[in-house]
Amino acid sequence: MTTRAMLAAAGAALIDEQRDLGEAELRGLAALPVDSVPALASLAHEVRLARCGPEVEIEGILSAKTGGCPEDCHFCSQSSKFESVVRPTPYLNIREIVKAAQETAELGASEFCIVMALRGPDDRVIDNVIEATAAVRRETGLNVAASLGILDRDQAKRLAEGGVHRYNHNLETARSFFPRIVTTHTWEERFDTCALVREVGMELCCGALLGMGESDDQRIELLLQLRDVTPAEVPLNFLNPRPGTPLGARPLVEPIEALRWIALFRLALPEVILRYAGGREVTLRELQALGMTAGINALIVGNYLTTLGRRPEQDIQMLADLKMPIGVLSKVI
Amino acid sequence: MAYCDGCGAPLEDCDGTCRGELDPPRFCRECGRKLDVQVTPTGYRAGCRRHPPVAPTGEPKL
Ligand code: SF4
Ligand SMILES: [Zn+2]
Ligand SMILES: [Zn+2]
Repeated sequence: MTTRAMLAAAGAALIDEQRDLGEAELRGLAALPVDSVPALASLAHEVRLARCGPEVEIEGILSAKTGGCPEDCHFCSQSSKFESVVRPTPYLNIREIVKAAQETAELGASEFCIVMALRGPDDRVIDNVIEATAAVRRETGLNVAASLGILDRDQAKRLAEGGVHRYNHNLETARSFFPRIVTTHTWEERFDTCALVREVGMELCCGALLGMGESDDQRIELLLQLRDVTPAEVPLNFLNPRPGTPLGARPLVEPIEALRWIALFRLALPEVILRYAGGREVTLRELQALGMTAGINALIVGNYLTTLGRRPEQDIQMLADLKMPIGVLSKVI
Repeated sequence: MAYCDGCGAPLEDCDGTCRGELDPPRFCRECGRKLDVQVTPTGYRAGCRRHPPVAPTGEPKL
């Protein structure tokens, strides 16, 4: 099949028939020559508009407990297993969390995520996050998400009842590649927490990190596994190699390949909230706006957990220039 | 002696490429110790346990 025929068939499936693409179709699109990437991106943008609309959701995130994590995710500067430049800092108090949420609200965001570097929370952490969630809701009106690691059912239920509307837990990479990246917990443990989040009625935010050495086939594998956990949101990260970590010397994903995979994520997950997350500035540089017309419909604005983002005004201006309205994207689950 | 705020090496031993434009400082310029760094949505705080707080240096570019 020619590139044009392949793109037309994928468009017909996703827009006219509202049918998901199969594995073979995704593999075909992933193998298109590099000069077809703009056409692939354009299809992904059309699919995003047809299936999600023009709104873009904005979120701010806060590391409320940084570093000292006992896990060994090889990309992460917050693991205590590596000689990282990140010094562990204590839990933030509720006043500090609310202040960061206020900064986020002033940027026009609708979503605020409280993140902690943990294998999983204990009861005190859950108590504090519930209290912080209520305070942030009261003071800013923002929707509150949390990312606290592996949960048990009781913890997941308490967070859901406590007003946490979305929980982040990333699969990060394909099941077949995961043991090369993490040895202190399993892919299945992550999958189970993702399932629990849905079962207790929270929206699931389940992200990916590209550029760790996984193959194209493993990226497709990941896309199919992401479908299995039915996330409301998928934050798409590109590896920003951190000094001292086992992946510290890896090259960045090439900008055009980043665009290809943004488009493939949209084509594989047509209705998901696909969020630009960590690594976009260093990976895409001046091509960042192209991601917005390749399937992205949400952004983390401002800084990340241990690194800085570009200035929020630049992102707001980019959306204004693209005539993309800022809105709230929430899935009824 | 002064130290690189990106890698903590003596300043004359670092060519300055260790700290990316979007990395906050990680080491005290005065003593080379690791800083306590808290990144927030619109800024960061960086402090040495022995020395006065480090003021954020300019806006990230890119
Ligand atoms: S569990 Fe999270 S904070 Fe801990 S090492 Fe892995 S990615 Fe980093
Ligand atoms: Zn240095
Ligand atoms: Zn010092």
